[in-house]
Amino acid sequence: MARTRLARQQGAGLAFVAPFFVVFAVFGAFPLVYTAWVSLHDWSLLAGKQEFLGIANYRELLADAAFWRALVNTLGIFLLATIPQLILATVLAQILNTSLRGRTGWRMGVLVPNVTSVAAVGIIFGLIFARDYGIANWLLDIVGIDPINWRADRWAAWLAIATMVDWRWTGYNALILLAALQSVPSDLYEAARIDGASAWRQFWSITVPMLRPTLIFVTIIATIGGIQLFTEPLLFNSGANAIAGGNRGQFQTVAMYLVQQGFTGHRFGYASTIAWVLFVIIAVASAINLILLRRIRSAD
Amino acid sequence: MRTSTRASGASPLMYVTLTLVVLLSIAPLYFMLVMASRANSEILSVPPPLLPGDQLAGNIERVFANEDVQFGRALLNTLLVASVATVAVVLTSALAGFAFAKLRFRGRHGLLVFVVATMMVPVQLGLIPLYMLMTEVGLAGGLASVTLPFLVSGFGVFFMRQYASQAIPDELIEAARVDGASTVRIFWSVVLPALRPAAAVLGLLTFMERWNDFLWPYISLDFNHPTVQVALSRLSGGYYTDQALVMAGTLMGTLPLVVVFILFGRQIVGGIMEGGVKS
Repeated sequence: MARTRLARQQGAGLAFVAPFFVVFAVFGAFPLVYTAWVSLHDWSLLAGKQEFLGIANYRELLADAAFWRALVNTLGIFLLATIPQLILATVLAQILNTSLRGRTGWRMGVLVPNVTSVAAVGIIFGLIFARDYGIANWLLDIVGIDPINWRADRWAAWLAIATMVDWRWTGYNALILLAALQSVPSDLYEAARIDGASAWRQFWSITVPMLRPTLIFVTIIATIGGIQLFTEPLLFNSGANAIAGGNRGQFQTVAMYLVQQGFTGHRFGYASTIAWVLFVIIAVASAINLILLRRIRSAD
Repeated sequence: MRTSTRASGASPLMYVTLTLVVLLSIAPLYFMLVMASRANSEILSVPPPLLPGDQLAGNIERVFANEDVQFGRALLNTLLVASVATVAVVLTSALAGFAFAKLRFRGRHGLLVFVVATMMVPVQLGLIPLYMLMTEVGLAGGLASVTLPFLVSGFGVFFMRQYASQAIPDELIEAARVDGASTVRIFWSVVLPALRPAAAVLGLLTFMERWNDFLWPYISLDFNHPTVQVALSRLSGGYYTDQALVMAGTLMGTLPLVVVFILFGRQIVGGIMEGGVKS
């Protein structure tokens, strides 16, 4: 009796998890793995698979100045966005963790940007950062700063795009950090207060160490998203050749370069090479983060 | 002074800071509303208009009348794609989440680790072979191509698993078994009702994610099958840019989710906080 019941659970268990694994295998895992195979070929959108090239695509990529430029753009925007974002989100989480009146209202308020689609963010901020009539330049003018040509200058474009990323994600990350803060036992703060620790001291000696695992989790998620950044810079640059990321590619990200090579240049093999390199970069970055996480956990 | 140093007390300064943050969060959306309700000549003026004008209805009308963009069709398409994906994700996640939480089957630990790992894998990077696959089976360009890959979610499975393990007592399942119910029967009549709160949250998060999806639809969908986000990119990517039109379209594409957020913001906030803690 017990044996058949267990056997039944075996069958039911596998059957119940099967839909997830089947769909993921076909539309998630297979395309990702097959990307590596395509990257070893001359493979065109129109003509299909041509000859086997081995690592020739990778050689070409390493010598491709446009790829390196896109990689520098991506990492530059990523750092410019992520560092202030995590600092702001941590401070915001700390504030949200106090005994506020109207708690849910505040939490919803900081989450509003995340409900807005990435495309909408790109379009709205594209207008805010317009050169001649944008609200950003108008505000700068009020405080006596000359108008900035946000799309022409590399740093200005990075800054504008990083602003979009931060606007959409800071509140979201603050809520995740807030959830972590709430699991910090309050008697830790109680004890620190009795010992006369200042709010600043409590923040550095209790809050930050307790938040570190979550901060690393948030960093991994931000890294995975940031390295694939696509929509904001695409829509920041309106017009027919938006995928080029500016007239000198000054804000073209790697994901944009991938799509440009694959679907404008019809080079599926080369685009797959870019995708696979991007995948490896993300995997390495996540692994480094995870190793850091382990270290911190074992040190506690 | 003394109370302001407390970790648990909120000072006026904190209310001021939070108010500023919320204002900054809302400002770009307000700005969108202002621009969507103005004529192009007003948008291109300095200083920019700061209050809504009276052109909103006319601008919205022009959005829906634009044949290159097919905005009305895009709204329906997105509603369809997002709804199908939402129902599927909730169902498949509830099934798998229940199995991982409550059924004893060999391999479940390893498989669960795999599910969690999928949350960290940038599957989006497989878009070249995904496009080839969709072309091969004749689905490229159509709505099925942007629906099928998103019928399941690793986050969803994990989320439901966490909820199921604490919300469904083992005795409840045992009792149903003693009554002779099959596992499928138990799922439908005992587990699914108990999972309803988590299913609602997962449904909301999934619907919003699908509504806002861009990269894959942008690549896969053909001219006649736009989703809202693709339609927006077409609106803003034209040869000359009609800003009032673009902003009115962006407003129409954002409004449905803002309504959802106003109605269910509490649940959405709760879902994001729970999902983060447990990951």
